[in-house]
Amino acid sequence: MKDGLSVILKKYGKDKSQLVSILQDIQAEYNYLPREALEKLSKKMDIPQSHVYSMATFFRAFSLNKRGKHIVNVCLGTACHVRGGELILESLERQLGVGRGQTTPDLKFTLESVNCMGCCATGPVVKIGEEYFGHMTNDKVEPMLKKYRE
Amino acid sequence: MSESVSLTINGNKYSAVKGTYVLQVARDHGIHIPTLCDHEAIEPYGACRLCIVEVTRGARTRIVTSCLYPVEEGLVVQTDSPRVMKNRKMLLNLLLARCSENHVIQGLAREYGIEQPAFSQEYWEKHDCIVCGLCVRACEQVVGVSAISLVNRGISKEPKPPFLEKAQDCIGCGSCYYVCPTGAVKLEDKNGVRHIYKWKVAFRLKKCSKCGIQWAPEAQLTYIRKKWNLPSDFFEICPNCR
Repeated sequence: MKDGLSVILKKYGKDKSQLVSILQDIQAEYNYLPREALEKLSKKMDIPQSHVYSMATFFRAFSLNKRGKHIVNVCLGTACHVRGGELILESLERQLGVGRGQTTPDLKFTLESVNCMGCCATGPVVKIGEEYFGHMTNDKVEPMLKKYRE
Repeated sequence: MSESVSLTINGNKYSAVKGTYVLQVARDHGIHIPTLCDHEAIEPYGACRLCIVEVTRGARTRIVTSCLYPVEEGLVVQTDSPRVMKNRKMLLNLLLARCSENHVIQGLAREYGIEQPAFSQEYWEKHDCIVCGLCVRACEQVVGVSAISLVNRGISKEPKPPFLEKAQDCIGCGSCYYVCPTGAVKLEDKNGVRHIYKWKVAFRLKKCSKCGIQWAPEAQLTYIRKKWNLPSDFFEICPNCR
């Protein structure tokens, strides 16, 4: 774990204005923001822990808890909402056995919602990792997950 | 010489240094504008919104926070117009609904004729904190420690220590307690220990070697000694015995 973090911290030097970018890099490396990484970042860059924590909790894109290998994003934007995005979310909650914002105990899936992915014509939309699934129905939820369960 | 501008507040003409804020100018001339999140030692922030005034430029009037609005030539300000009062009452209603049992908010609301929130009782809450950030700003700007910060956002935003645990950088100076306008930060010195419960911290108090009173947290004295490079016995006696 230490190596990845050192590389990230070295890249930004002492430029405090880059805090968000650094947090993004840390999250890309570990899939979440480990506490030890934040503490080390605070020490190395001379930024108060309180500032780092404030920043990390402000943005929804950052997670302080371990996240699953696959991030399942359900769109609840206006277009997806009227086409039943909520129902798809409920179906996913049932299938995965976790609520919105939570991670399955086997660390395979994290279920999250977003407010628009910009592909409203194909709503309701679900995104798993970098793959998009349009025109979602309840029937398609289980087959969609199957590929990622292995 | 700094440039001077003239402006009108409640029909009277005043001159002020360009760049100062309307609230400051009004107070300098004895015009009362209520505030909660303002403090003379701390940069204005515009969180409580109570200092709203109506400003006119040309044909247009706007509601602005006077604590953050710089004076400019020919500015016309009304601090208690019907529109200001209507808006300020709404703000107090909202604050009172959040802090329905806080004496400071209750008192302020009563000054504006509000005995209880205008919303149905199910929306009343019992917070003391109005999330004005004064504690956080005092800790950063005045003390220079930044032991606490505002965490989360939106309705769950609140001042908290990092990782919601004991505030490690806190020196126990109590500035947060001192500046808090609503008494949400509670501080207690008992049995030689200072507690600030909100940040989950406790500090041993230094005993004066002459008169024996416990006069300041040891951590704070150490912080000051290091910052100003003072000799290690500098704080052995309290300011009264010095």
